[in-house]
Amino acid sequence: MAVIKKFRAVKKKQNHLLGIQGLSFSEIENILKQAKTFITLNKSSSKKIDILRGKTQINLFFEPSTRTQSSFELAGKRLGADVMSMNITNSAIKKGETLIDTAMTLNAMHPDIIVIRHQDSGAPNLLSRKVNCAVINAGDGRREHPTQALLDALTIINRKGKVEGLKIAICGDILHSRVARSNIYLMNMLGAEVNVVAPKTLLPHSIERLGVKSFNNMKKGLENCDIVMMLRLQNERMHGAFLPSAREYYEYFGLTPEKLKMAKKNALIMHPGPMNRGVEIDTNLADDINKSLIREQVELGVAVRMACLKIYCKKN
Amino acid sequence: MKDKYLINARIIDPKNQIDEIGGLIIDSKGLIKAVGKKVANGNLPSKAQKIDLKKQVLMPGIVDMRVFVGEPGFEYKENFRTFSNSALAGGVTSAVSMPNTSPIIDNVSMVDFLKRRGRDKSKINIFPSASLTKNTDGKQMTEFGLLKRKGIVAFTDGIKTVQNPLLMSRIMSLASQSNALIMQHAEDNILSENGVINEGEISTRLGLKGIPSLAEKIIVERDLSFLEEYFCRYHISQISSEKTVQAIKKAKKDGKIFSTGVSINNLSLNENDIGDFKTFLKLSPPLRTENDRLSLVNGLNQGFIDVIVSDHKPEDEESKRLTFSQAASGASGVETLLPLALELYHNKSIKLDKLIAAITSNPAKILKIEKGTLQKGKDADLCVVDINKPWIVNKNKLKSKSKNTPIENRKLQGQVLKTFVKGEIAYERI
Repeated sequence: MAVIKKFRAVKKKQNHLLGIQGLSFSEIENILKQAKTFITLNKSSSKKIDILRGKTQINLFFEPSTRTQSSFELAGKRLGADVMSMNITNSAIKKGETLIDTAMTLNAMHPDIIVIRHQDSGAPNLLSRKVNCAVINAGDGRREHPTQALLDALTIINRKGKVEGLKIAICGDILHSRVARSNIYLMNMLGAEVNVVAPKTLLPHSIERLGVKSFNNMKKGLENCDIVMMLRLQNERMHGAFLPSAREYYEYFGLTPEKLKMAKKNALIMHPGPMNRGVEIDTNLADDINKSLIREQVELGVAVRMACLKIYCKKN
Repeated sequence: MKDKYLINARIIDPKNQIDEIGGLIIDSKGLIKAVGKKVANGNLPSKAQKIDLKKQVLMPGIVDMRVFVGEPGFEYKENFRTFSNSALAGGVTSAVSMPNTSPIIDNVSMVDFLKRRGRDKSKINIFPSASLTKNTDGKQMTEFGLLKRKGIVAFTDGIKTVQNPLLMSRIMSLASQSNALIMQHAEDNILSENGVINEGEISTRLGLKGIPSLAEKIIVERDLSFLEEYFCRYHISQISSEKTVQAIKKAKKDGKIFSTGVSINNLSLNENDIGDFKTFLKLSPPLRTENDRLSLVNGLNQGFIDVIVSDHKPEDEESKRLTFSQAASGASGVETLLPLALELYHNKSIKLDKLIAAITSNPAKILKIEKGTLQKGKDADLCVVDINKPWIVNKNKLKSKSKNTPIENRKLQGQVLKTFVKGEIAYERI
């Protein structure tokens, strides 16, 4: 008995990327630093290196995703890992298998890293307790989407030099948004001032306790901001249950050149995608290369995910 | 069977306002023959066999107003035998079983089955409740009169709330006619839809859909309004929030007559205990803020809350090893009801007599059953407890079939030593 206890005590603690909450400042710095080195690699003609050769990465996406899933897939492949993406629509989950059982099955195949997206908050945490490999959260319910926040931070740093001291407004459906939550935690940690802007029905309870100021008036919320982050408004929330109509939403909370004037002159626009043009953002603004960082976000997303895969795969 | 002599105990009987060193005699029929300080060594026949309780607390057996047994339909979670063993180890000698079984307890033939099983397999007294509406669908009421005649002590939809106000008003109106006790689990379905946790900072941080405390208050206020028109025996099963405590205070000050319960979980834990998505702390009503918890403690102290229940809801591992939103709600707790309640005595939140009244005489009075007190001529249902004994909760040592305790590894003070049912020692801690 005593021997077993001793063995347990020395067993190394597994490291997972479950959310920005729980990361230390130095861990964040490290991810961003490593990601920067991959930006140039991704632009070169030979994009592949082999630091993860022989490693197996499983992408477990329970929710449909285009950019996050392909970004993780590409990131793993560029690092030389064997990447498998599980197609959940045809899998055992549809036949009633629980998350734990799926995890145990995959675990038996000895993956080195599992990337999971799930509609339930906390699913990656549950998974991480049951598998022997590292788990990376690619978005869980309304809780966190850490790699999105990290790529947003990297994009901002790339343009503005640093996050510290900036004023950032996050606008839209904060209530249902994991991107908003992860960004609130991360931007606060990096020293930015964060405003959230949303109609009252789309603001979560006690949001100020997360260290933000909340606004129901977009113009006031955008005042003197350096960064305007727009969020996607889900179709089903536009018609009556949370908001009277998409038209009214656009009128008060859609990002238009006129509202953007309240922000700083050199303010930049971000959006995690996919966009609803004409609902949350004016279509010309979204395409304005001087103001919009949207394409850059996607580009740097791959670099950030490469850094995360490298760091969390190596830790084990 | 000879008379039994229990001596040298600290007798606590809140109903008769007794807290003194003394003894208790159980007669050959298992009834209490005498109780009090006069029952002492000098006054008893010298040859009689005596059990010296060494100044430990001797109190009435606990009456738990809200437990889920699992029979019929969910025997893999709990059956009458495992439940009764668990209850006895916690000093509980009477329990009101909820009707949320499969099938639902909503007709007379089910009651016969239940009473027979309860009698044959359980060593404690099972008082079955029946549903308010057929199949707990909230559409048609059950036969209160006939069911009551069969021995049903209370009517409740258990984990569900009667949402339809018109039906609820008619239920209350008819209940008064048959003098039936209505117990409402207060939660507005639409406000709490898909909610799994208290709505507040924690729900925002964990990204889980919240249940506002208003969902509870609205139903309580609705039913208390009906009570003005349709007076009946009305009990709110368990409340969880400060807002509801305020509503109840106001109604009591207005002179309304009803009673209120609270789960030991809501009295002892708060939403912070959920930590990293611990599904064993997914409960209904949900754990709320520390402020809410404190106001429940105050409500109990001031007499606005009458009863503490275990809300014992055994759930198997498979129902809990899921993501937080998919996991079943409820916690096993009949065995730890008294020790966890004693925590509130040890940390000076509630006086001992008040605490014991809330788990013995108060529920017995509301249910109109002859239990929960140490009265001459009544069944000797007793509990002997060392209120200071420290121990640590270990789920594998609990006797319930399901191990979903919300207080694993908690350090408690107070352990049941002996439990008597109808004069017989049904449990003894070795």
